[in-house]
Amino acid sequence: MEELIWLIPALPLAGALLLVVAGRRLGEPVAGLVATGATLGSFALALGMFANLVSLDEHERILTQRLFTWVPAGSFSVDMGFLLDPLAMTMVLFVTGVGALIHIYSIGYMHGDPRFHQFFLYLNLFVASMLLLVLGDNMLLTFLGWEGVGACSYLLISFWFEEEANASAGKKAFVTNRIGDWGFMVAMFFTFTTFGTLQYAEVLTGASSLAETTATAIALLLFVGAVGKSAQIPLFIWLPDAMAGPTPVSALIHAATMVTAGVFLMVRTSPILVEAADWVPTTIATVGALTALVAATIAVAQNDIKKVLAYSTVSQLGYMFLAVGTGAYVAAIFHMVTHAFFKALLFLGSGSVIHGMGDEQDMRRMGGLRRFMPVTAVTFIIGWLAIAGVPPLAGFWSKDEILLGAWEESPVLWAMGLLTALLTAFYMSRQVFLTFFGEPRWSLEGDGDAAVDPAAGMPGDELPEPKPAGFHPHESPWSMTMPLVVLAFLAVVAGGLNLPFSKDLHFLESWLEPSLFGNGHHSTAEGSEKVALAVVAIAAGLAGIAGAAVLYLKRRGRPATVEAAVLRRGWYIDSSVTWFMGGPGRAAFDAVAWFDRTVIDGAVNGVGAAVRLVGTGVRPMQSGYVRTYALTLGLGALAVLVLVLSRVAI
Amino acid sequence: MDLHVTHAWYLVLGALLFTLGAVGVVVRRNPLVMLMCVELMLNAVNLTFVTFSRMLGDVGGQTIVFFVLVVAAAEVVVGLGITVALLRRLPGATADDVSYLRG
Amino acid sequence: MVELVTFAIAGLVVLGGAVGVITSRNPVHAALSLVATLFGIAVLFIAQEAHLLAAVQVIVYTGAIVVLILFVIMLLGIDRMEDVMSEPLRGQRALAALLGVGLLGCSGLLVWLADGDADRFVTGARAATAALDQDEANIAQVGRSLFTDYVFAFELTAALLTIAVIGAVVLAKRPTDLAPLPERPVDPAAAADDEEVAG
Repeated sequence: MEELIWLIPALPLAGALLLVVAGRRLGEPVAGLVATGATLGSFALALGMFANLVSLDEHERILTQRLFTWVPAGSFSVDMGFLLDPLAMTMVLFVTGVGALIHIYSIGYMHGDPRFHQFFLYLNLFVASMLLLVLGDNMLLTFLGWEGVGACSYLLISFWFEEEANASAGKKAFVTNRIGDWGFMVAMFFTFTTFGTLQYAEVLTGASSLAETTATAIALLLFVGAVGKSAQIPLFIWLPDAMAGPTPVSALIHAATMVTAGVFLMVRTSPILVEAADWVPTTIATVGALTALVAATIAVAQNDIKKVLAYSTVSQLGYMFLAVGTGAYVAAIFHMVTHAFFKALLFLGSGSVIHGMGDEQDMRRMGGLRRFMPVTAVTFIIGWLAIAGVPPLAGFWSKDEILLGAWEESPVLWAMGLLTALLTAFYMSRQVFLTFFGEPRWSLEGDGDAAVDPAAGMPGDELPEPKPAGFHPHESPWSMTMPLVVLAFLAVVAGGLNLPFSKDLHFLESWLEPSLFGNGHHSTAEGSEKVALAVVAIAAGLAGIAGAAVLYLKRRGRPATVEAAVLRRGWYIDSSVTWFMGGPGRAAFDAVAWFDRTVIDGAVNGVGAAVRLVGTGVRPMQSGYVRTYALTLGLGALAVLVLVLSRVAI
Repeated sequence: MDLHVTHAWYLVLGALLFTLGAVGVVVRRNPLVMLMCVELMLNAVNLTFVTFSRMLGDVGGQTIVFFVLVVAAAEVVVGLGITVALLRRLPGATADDVSYLRG
Repeated sequence: MVELVTFAIAGLVVLGGAVGVITSRNPVHAALSLVATLFGIAVLFIAQEAHLLAAVQVIVYTGAIVVLILFVIMLLGIDRMEDVMSEPLRGQRALAALLGVGLLGCSGLLVWLADGDADRFVTGARAATAALDQDEANIAQVGRSLFTDYVFAFELTAALLTIAVIGAVVLAKRPTDLAPLPERPVDPAAAADDEEVAG
């Protein structure tokens, strides 16, 4: 079975290559079917591998395959090899599974787009890169996949590049990721100097012999990489802008796969993290909690249906890093999996709404859609309940694990997490109520008091134009609603992966044990403590829902008090970064460019100019006069004579 | 006056002759006169060799002179051939006129 | 005594001829001065008991080479006066003087330092060639050396002479297809000199 591991990333890659060559000719919908087929093929293989791994003894659940030596450079050698252990298996399963669903969804969503085949080409390339990232048996291969998903995210975010804003969003994502990538690269350099190799098998098993300072450096730098890729403070600014891409892109990249690469990296290198100084995991946890809280506050005031979900993603990723920082790696992976399901569901659902509303994305122009789009509404509501942490849906179990880990680490972190949970419930409920409940607002005129035009009472940017009078939103085709149903089902049952009731039900924990090398936080809380924490969390969730219901369902109170401008503008973080880069940043860049042009290029060109000058000066020696040559010969011979004399005679 | 002609005298004479020949090559412009000055230098060298042959009691010095003579003859032949070819095309040319390989 | 007189006269002839070569305006005069020098050298050879070489010098050098040079002078008609006073190349005369003084100085220094001791000149190992024998005839010694120790070089010089002859024939052939001469780099001083020689 091991000999087939390479097929898992190879199938989407082959799909991408086929679409490069013949995509335009295949056209819609065959191109989409080819891409979906490739991803489904990978998924089927992944299931096969999973069955194989399960059949193996617990401590031997590692399948490896070495294809060829990729970089033979003397003492430094990197192979193209794959490592399929439980952690990688988990990632592969949901990447290919959710990826396949999104491919199917895209066939419907991208219908009629002139570059249909190109979209699927990028999607397949993305899946292939992500699989390389996850399956690589050494850090360089992971980095290759890391960069690959970064490049594909650029291509996909700016897919509709005819709009200036979309192209800029793609560039922003790529550049911000690059800053994080620098951290990853330097971490790799450190790892190589310390271990002499980048293979996980050697690095992770040898991590216990690391000096604390080295481990701290490596862990911190890897975290910098993760911060860029997984959109934590301060490098999260690219994610909300990335909503400019088509919705399936947002679902795949920003909900389920690419942004989770950072969390995956931290869990994969957990043995190094354990060896680092104590303040490193604490920093990770604090950054995670802070990101979660800040992003949640921003999501409260967003009017674009996708921007809410974008900030929600940043917030949930913060949860995962909080878990990593407190040592609860299993909880982080658990939440990653459940988040993949319900966030992808929410994004795809929002895409369905946008599609049905004729490309309208402002929630103030929606309302009462549950009557017109029942399937979308029901699945979206399931997703909402899952993310709000309402038991027995998946989100509750995973979030609870994280909060438990936070509680055992520090009450402050737990409080931040709890507050975030409350806000999450609040803004998600706000989104659901504004979109699917209440009276339809798409045809109302802008002026008038709140009672007549509820949209007028909500602060924000300029209200989009109302739809014409006879406009009716329609449900999306089955190619789009089918994945929603599947994901909704998964969002309901995924909690069963790691139920806290008894040790036997900790399937995910025991499954991931070999990948964590015995690290990982094991809860020491009493059963009653756990129940108390769970009750508090449920209460917070319900409070959030209730608050949103009051404001947006019952229409009592003014939304403006909650939706402050500073929140809508994202605490002005993004604008201050833009200002800095445009002002002092630009001046610094110009100085560097000047230095490069004048000093470095000047030196290189100066060498050429100097040579030319010397040549021009020396050229008159070639006068062409034989007698001058003869004279020079004679004088040279004289010089040699003098030299010999000086040595021999005197 | 009891002046003895030592070997050094011959060597000095040879050196003088050589210097005159070298200066002549550099100063004169007529190609044939330049060739004659080269002959002067060669003769100076021959004299020196013969002197050394007598000083060291070695016949090799004279043998070398023999070879120098042969090579000088061959050199003159070729040099004259070149001069003839040159002056046929550029009548009245001097050494300074043949500066086509100027850089 | 005899040797001193011989040396004095021959030396004067040699140097006088050399000066005549480098200062004569007429090339024919220069050729005749060269003959004088060569004869002086031949006399000095005899004074040093290199009899074969003296004979060969007269026959080959004076008898063949200078005659050949005179032939070419007459053939090409370049027996016109050369302007030895002017010097178109800047600094040539000065540097030539430097060269002369330098060479003379170095050789003189060398000779003076050695003080007539042959071993001070010799810096390398002595060649394993036959020693000069005062009793045997010089021609026999040189002949033996040529045909035993240096026979390979001897054969090579024969080849060299052949090549030289062929080269001369090729060079002096009247060419059939003449390509036009390239633009001559114009040097104003040389142009003035041209007029002088042609006129």
